[in-house]
Amino acid sequence: MSTGNMNLTLKIWRQKNNKAKGGLVDYKISEVSPDMSFLEMFDVLNEDLVAKGEEPVVFDHDCREGICGACSMFINGRPHGPKEGITTCQLHMRSFKDGDTIVVEPWRAKAFPVIKDLMVDRTAFDRIIASGGFISVNTGNAQDANNLPIPKVQADSAFEAAACIGCGACVATCKNASAMLFVSAKISQLAQLPQGQPERYRRVQSMVAQMDAEGFGNCTNTGACEAECPKGISLENIARMNRDFYSAKFVSEESI
Amino acid sequence: MAELNAHIPEGELTDKWTKLRSSMPLVNPANKRSIEIIVVGSGLAGASAAATLAEMGYKVKCFCFQDSPRRAHSIAAQGGINAAKNYQNDGDSTYRLFYDTIKGGDYRAREANVHRLAEVSANIIDQCVAQGVPLAREYGGLLDNRSFGGTQVQRTFYAAGQTGQQLLLGAYSALERQVGMGKVEMFTRHEMLEVVVVEGKARGIIARNLLTGELERHSGHAVLLCSGGYGNVFYLSTNAMGSNVTAAWKAHKKGAFFGNPCYTQIHPTCIPVSGDHQSKLTLMSESLRNDGRIWVPKKKDDPRKASEIPEDERDYYLERRYPAFGNLVPRDVASRAAKERCDAGYGVGNSKLAVYLDFKANTERYGRIEASKHNIHNPDKETCMRLGREVIKEKYGNLFDMYAQITGEDPYELPMRIYPAVHYTMGGLWVDYNLMTTVPGLYALGEANFSDHGANRLGASALMQGLADGYFVIPYTIGAYLSKELATKPIPQDHPAFVEAEASAKGILDKFLSIKGTKSVDHFHKKLGKIMWEKCGMARNEKGLKEGIAEIQQLRKEFWSDLRVPGTADEMNPELEKAGRVADFIELGELMCMDALNRNESCGGHFREEYQTEEGEALRDDENYAYVAAWEYKGDVTFELHKEELKFENIKVAQRSYK
Repeated sequence: MSTGNMNLTLKIWRQKNNKAKGGLVDYKISEVSPDMSFLEMFDVLNEDLVAKGEEPVVFDHDCREGICGACSMFINGRPHGPKEGITTCQLHMRSFKDGDTIVVEPWRAKAFPVIKDLMVDRTAFDRIIASGGFISVNTGNAQDANNLPIPKVQADSAFEAAACIGCGACVATCKNASAMLFVSAKISQLAQLPQGQPERYRRVQSMVAQMDAEGFGNCTNTGACEAECPKGISLENIARMNRDFYSAKFVSEESI
Repeated sequence: MAELNAHIPEGELTDKWTKLRSSMPLVNPANKRSIEIIVVGSGLAGASAAATLAEMGYKVKCFCFQDSPRRAHSIAAQGGINAAKNYQNDGDSTYRLFYDTIKGGDYRAREANVHRLAEVSANIIDQCVAQGVPLAREYGGLLDNRSFGGTQVQRTFYAAGQTGQQLLLGAYSALERQVGMGKVEMFTRHEMLEVVVVEGKARGIIARNLLTGELERHSGHAVLLCSGGYGNVFYLSTNAMGSNVTAAWKAHKKGAFFGNPCYTQIHPTCIPVSGDHQSKLTLMSESLRNDGRIWVPKKKDDPRKASEIPEDERDYYLERRYPAFGNLVPRDVASRAAKERCDAGYGVGNSKLAVYLDFKANTERYGRIEASKHNIHNPDKETCMRLGREVIKEKYGNLFDMYAQITGEDPYELPMRIYPAVHYTMGGLWVDYNLMTTVPGLYALGEANFSDHGANRLGASALMQGLADGYFVIPYTIGAYLSKELATKPIPQDHPAFVEAEASAKGILDKFLSIKGTKSVDHFHKKLGKIMWEKCGMARNEKGLKEGIAEIQQLRKEFWSDLRVPGTADEMNPELEKAGRVADFIELGELMCMDALNRNESCGGHFREEYQTEEGEALRDDENYAYVAAWEYKGDVTFELHKEELKFENIKVAQRSYK
């Protein structure tokens, strides 16, 4: 057994459904081990709640290794908690100490309505990708992969933008609930690759239009998104997106 | 009894696929528009199939239980994807990839399927690069490769330790493009609970909208199950928390045979269990074995820290036992060797259930190369380690970070502690060469089928198979079936088969809620996992398997009489979702034990203690067990065995040797 000796107070946002009014509810939890992950601590809490005949706390989670982007808790005022460069599922209880009070809320943004408790609806992100976050190449159209050499620096930079996991921490932390870091990461990935050139200006216009239609706010260059991104997606991507957007409007022959 | 015909095309092995592809009946574009295809699952297999079929003109409905198709568990694959490109000029070829895969699978896979997989492997890389998937490159701008287990060539393409993520996002983009064009209708947060069979053919599904709890009827001319593997039957595995067998299991109960259920892959390099609270295990990619050396102390129960144990008191047991392949032996071999050392008392760490994976030697070697690049002559050890660490960081940075997060230890300073964990299931729904199950019109792709990996999957082959099935196999083979379905009108959703399937799904949900017992779903899942790991895990024997079956039967009784599921069926209710999945895992677990008990031999990941060589290697029985065990559901958790004989016409079957 590795039950530990930490005793904590949790203040968790409970909300029955999208229509209901939510609020913070206090829970005491004891014998927390520092080796537990934050979500494993929630598992223990939920087991207790089920045993007591109460409804467990609903939250999104799946891979529990920081790559699927499902987990999404706003912990003590920060998306994914106090540590940098990790998701909620990678946060371990050794980052807290005995006696702490921890406040846990869902992502808050108009474009991410709450479904239940800590679970929100992030399908807006899928619709933004569907509006242009791709290269239009049907299966079977491809040439030999090495016929198109790509400088390593460029490929690496595209990869860094492509590392986005679509968790929405950038939106949650932004005072304007802007999705620009997410949108610009996809635009940057494809804009830096030769395969992405034919649709480059069309893509940036469609994706930005969809982003606006979803009700995300604008960017005022605060940089909270970059600071809180679990994958270190750079603010430079937003600059690149803006450049491409203006180019598209002023220079590109194709406007949509 | 359904006929077990694999429909392998006639002719030479190398011509089978080409000939079949060229002679396959086609569906003309006008007819494709009126044909509906249901795809369950949105991982590599599901997303690639849904996108490609929509590109071809079919009407596609795609379902996933996650909130977005991008979160399917393919996203977590780390190391890479194999392809017989021979870019490294090291002697690779389609035949060699085929040979390595058959041998790696311990001669328990179908030759024709595996050869087709090797043939299309190169197209996958081309397709992904065309989609803008940023695979790793060299300074010349060309694609880079690395080594994986069970091969002696470098044929693995990768994107740092996030290859699955990048490939899935490529397929996801292709899928979302079709969604945007209105050609794929996407149903997220939906879980398939029944296959609907009308007059012997799969004609639709019952899916539960997880947001509202509503049961929905969806009809189609064909149903594709791309729902992944069932490693979570062990509770602790490297699978995502939601990964489950339900779609495949419901299909099994509707007549689809289950192939080789006992073939489970235990991955050798995972972060060891730290305590009872553990909810899942995390893999450390096989690619680490390129540069990490695995060792334990030579002395039993050595209390010293790794750094205090001098070089000549370390046992690099893989290099000792398998000099030809060393640390890059296949996964089943590496896992058993680790277990053997730990069982013999040489394990490390607090639990003594771990071995070291040590990067020091290669960090220093890389550092020396870097120093020489920078014209630093005779560099001291510290300089080498500093420069080498940068190289290691570029190659494996995200993996090292993950390790540090989970264990609280710095793997740049200390060797990693690793232990085997359940990772992948080679077994799955039995399919013929066309990927069709024993239910006409019902297909299984990717990890959900049994077809290509035999008794052990080689590293970097799962991504290859998922994408091969979705991009390049099903788009052709499904035409053979659908070309005969042109006269079939849209399937009416008030057909008695739909009514019955929906009532059955509803009955099960109501039952879960009405038991009102005392134990949570996780309680039963953990118990099942413990039985499976102890009785049907890395080593199995007759006595243990018989005990396992009895224990699982008992657990099933307890589950159905003492389960407690809070909440209702008409709301978001994760406990209710889990109950359905665990109920199916319990039945599957029993079948896995039966299959393992039936197979009186050791092969690949299936190791029966009674059947081993003097050196402790797996001992096959080709005379009696060179077959696929395909189990038919006979009602009330009983099963009947059917056999598909495996014929090896192009490869000489031999005992695997990696020495």
